[in-house]
This record gives sequence, C-alpha cells and structure tokens, in this order.
Amino acid sequence: MPVTIKFSGEKLVAYIQGEVDHHTAPDIRDAIDDAILVNEKAKTIVLDFSRVSFMDSSGVGLVMGRYRLAISKGKSIAVENLTERDYKIMKMSGIERLAPISRKENNGRFGDAL
Amino acid sequence: MKKINQLKMVFDSRSVNESFSRMAVAAFASQLDMTVEELGDIKTVVSEAVTNCIVHGYSNTIGKIYITCTVFEEGVIRVSVRDRGCGISDVKKAREPLYTSVGGDRSGLGFTVMESFSDKLLVRSKPGVGTTVTIEKIIKGKLND
Repeated sequence: MPVTIKFSGEKLVAYIQGEVDHHTAPDIRDAIDDAILVNEKAKTIVLDFSRVSFMDSSGVGLVMGRYRLAISKGKSIAVENLTERDYKIMKMSGIERLAPISRKENNGRFGDAL
Repeated sequence: MKKINQLKMVFDSRSVNESFSRMAVAAFASQLDMTVEELGDIKTVVSEAVTNCIVHGYSNTIGKIYITCTVFEEGVIRVSVRDRGCGISDVKKAREPLYTSVGGDRSGLGFTVMESFSDKLLVRSKPGVGTTVTIEKIIKGKLND
C-alpha cells in the first residue's frame, strides 16, 4: 500500500510511502481521496511525507489536487515532513500560500540509498 | 570539454520506466564523486524530462524514449532525453512556471524543476518530429561539502 491512513478526532493523517512520480501518483491519489470521502468528520487532512523516498513535480500536483478536494468539502490541508528538496519543489508552486507546508526536523531521507 | 564516459539507452514510454530511468542515470552518474544532494538533483531532472515524453510527447501512446548521458573530465554531466512524439509548438510558453497543456493533477512545474536543479537547460522541439531536452550539471562533489 502506498498510503497508510490514521484517523483520530477531526484529524486524518495520510502517510505516503515510497516514490511519488507520475506512475505512482494515481494510486496514492485514489487512496487519499477515498479516505477523505469516507471519514466525513475529519476537518484537517495531513499529508505526511516522512516515508517518501523520492518526489518530483507530480508530488505538487498530488497536493494541489487534494487541496481542491478538501476545500470543496469544507476541510483544510497541511503538508508535513518534507525533505529540503521536496520543500523547495513544493514552494515553486506557491502552494504554501494556500496550505501550511513544513519540513522534517532531521533532513534525512527515508530509505536514502541508491 | 573532454568526454570520459557515455551511456545510451532506449526504452518504451511506459510510466513504470520513470523510476527505472532516473535510477539508471543516477547509477551511471555516481562514478563522479558527487553528494547525495547532487545525485538527487539528477534523479529529479531525469524524472521530469521522462515524464514529459510520456505525458506530452507521446500523450500516453507507446513510443521510444532515448537517453544519452555523458560524463566530462571537467566534472560536468550532460543528460539528453529525446522523444519522437508530437513536439512543442511554443517552447517559451511550455517553459513558463505552472503552465500545463493537460490539466488534471499535472502541476505545470516540470521545466521549472529541471531548470532549478541543473546548470543549463536546452529544449529543442519541432511539432510532429519530437523534442530533445538537454541538461548539464556541474558536479562540485564531496570536496566542497
């Protein structure tokens, strides 16, 4: 599974796992969207990138799309635990003006090895 | 610049090959003494270029993607990613941040990311003939870490 969902109170956290690119994004998108639609009580949707080993601009599209869905359902989005690189890529889109995005405290990459 | 090594590869424009192609180029490039960050930059750039071939060049039909990766003595790496797809009629527009011709969940940041993580980006394209994206990166390596 590319995404693990944890739901408590009004917060839904989607832990995205592995590589986020144009090939993997649709499955990740579907898993998150299903979780958002099923857990109606969730007001805040957190996309957690701590377990992401690679991301390109498809990750930005993934966040933008989930932002649009969340807003349309009266919910908010937050993006957490980005690496420096992924944070830089996110910022190129200006998404930080719409949703809070934050970096990992320790900038290590999950499973960082070639 | 003096060439010291070269990789050429041809593969189908299937999205499953996005991961393979960036890993293959990174593995070849790692003969230069580069940092994890620099290797990450190369993977990201290749991923963007290959995704463009798949999504735009061949618009999800299957064609061939050609990658040439050249390492120069001066510590420069050049990666050229070519398709024989539909081509781009307005390259200037395509390179604008957030511009996308397909919508959906595409961010329109492909070229912006490629520019940001490389030192030189050249796009040559002809409608109906195809597109070649060439990037160069100067590897500063672990010496300046």
